[in-house]
Amino acid sequence: MPDLGIEVLFAGRNMARMLGGLWVALRISLVSAALGIPSGILLGVVMRMKNPVTKILTRLYLEVVRILPQLVLLFLVFFGTTRMFGWNLEAETAAIIVFTFWGTAEMGDLVRGALAGIPAHQYESGAALGLTMPQIYRFIVIPQTLRRLIPLSINLVTRMIKTTSLVMMIGVVEVLKVTQQIIEANRVAHPQAAFGLYGAVFVFYFLACWPISLLAGYLEKKWS
Amino acid sequence: MKEDLLRIEHVSKSYGENRILKDISLTIHRGEVVVVIGPSGCGKSTLLRCVNGLEPIQQGKITLRGELIDGKSRKITAIRQRVGMVFQNYELFPHMTVLENIVLAPVKVQKKGRREAVEEAEKLLARVGLCGKEESYPRELSGGQKQRVAIVRALIMEPEILLFDEVTAALDPEMVREVLDVLLQLAEQGRTMVIVTHEMAFARAVADRVIFIDQGNIVEQGTPEEFFGNPKSERAKKFLRTFEFEPVSGKTAGAGSAVQSVPGI
Ligand SMILES: Nc1ncnc2c1ncn2[C@@H]1O[C@H](COP(=O)(O)OP(=O)(O)O)[C@@H](O)[C@H]1O
Ligand SMILES: [Mg+2]
Repeated sequence: MPDLGIEVLFAGRNMARMLGGLWVALRISLVSAALGIPSGILLGVVMRMKNPVTKILTRLYLEVVRILPQLVLLFLVFFGTTRMFGWNLEAETAAIIVFTFWGTAEMGDLVRGALAGIPAHQYESGAALGLTMPQIYRFIVIPQTLRRLIPLSINLVTRMIKTTSLVMMIGVVEVLKVTQQIIEANRVAHPQAAFGLYGAVFVFYFLACWPISLLAGYLEKKWS
Repeated sequence: MKEDLLRIEHVSKSYGENRILKDISLTIHRGEVVVVIGPSGCGKSTLLRCVNGLEPIQQGKITLRGELIDGKSRKITAIRQRVGMVFQNYELFPHMTVLENIVLAPVKVQKKGRREAVEEAEKLLARVGLCGKEESYPRELSGGQKQRVAIVRALIMEPEILLFDEVTAALDPEMVREVLDVLLQLAEQGRTMVIVTHEMAFARAVADRVIFIDQGNIVEQGTPEEFFGNPKSERAKKFLRTFEFEPVSGKTAGAGSAVQSVPGI
């Protein structure tokens, strides 16, 4: 029976190193989400404004983020800024900047959509009861918006976690990079280890994202 | 002579170039039930929305016991507490239970004690036949039940005047009655109401006065006996005829011959 790399996975500190790499990926996405979600909420509110200038600027921002592959953004921020401005960004910092930039845009669009989805009649029936505009937002609009938004933003976080696998391209040593290093180191003794080790990465990502997806599904059902 | 509660004086309202209400004047007395009828798109909803300041008007003025109703004024929230409004599509708050829907405004706007508001809500729910639905969510209720909750939500504010905008138009026929019965009950209590409806038999029964609007004008008004029994204007006659059906001619001659008599078949 071929050696599938199980032995390598459990040898020495390999497993611990891979989990450390997973933590790097999670850290980047969680920090980016923690920064991107609040600024995305602000962006979403700005996107709802009728001002044509803010409309065009926010639209442009969203389109740029959507059109550019994340990898290009990563290269632009990590390598580009060094050449242009002489900044010497840590790879992880560059990754967080890019993911926050991306997360803010995506979250902004989710918030815009959720706010737009509250029918005008909800505002009116609140107003007809004598509620002031701040009270209408506090008791009617924001609670309904949050209910729509929480499952969507959780999905955004899982998408971010998955996309962090790109950051190894700018030299961040996350789970995938660690795994490559281990495979490289065992190339002669265990030439078939790649299958088992990448399989382990698959399981790690699954275990990290699955509970989050379950939570999103649960909240969606509860609040639909 | 009864006290004038609501005065609509020479009100005109446009959406852009479109003049929807044209120099409308109407005074509603305390305790009066006014039914507004007219073809779809003639401006009935617009009129009600102007009365509680949801739409700005371009000319004229609307006053509630002498106080100007102006959607842009800071006092508008105080006025709206005195004007109850019920919409065609209920417009309950979907994230709140029936009870929360009802006590929100008394607690947050009128600053009533929660306990007192809940007691009042339960009393009113019982009166419209919705005992035990306090903890339900709107999505768990039928259309007729939702509309009765919406009526209670307006009533609990103890408004001086109630506006109903086609409150049975979205309901299945078997639920229309349960909502109209609530309105009849309110009329018996002597409430001041403006009711927009297409239920002609109900209008006849509940109205003190019928207002017929067409193309943004009050074309005709009178007691239900006058209006339905002997409409004066051509437009009112034509409108009322749309609710009548002639027996299908040739029906008695048998289906086969009826089909043959249609040209082209
Ligand atoms: N928000 C709006 N913007 C532009 N036109 C409107 C708006 N609301 C209503 N209207 C127009 O005003 C007219 C009267 O509408 P409405 O008062 O709803 O009629 P009704 O309730 O009698 O059926 C219609 O022609 C409608 O198209
Ligand atoms: Mg209408």
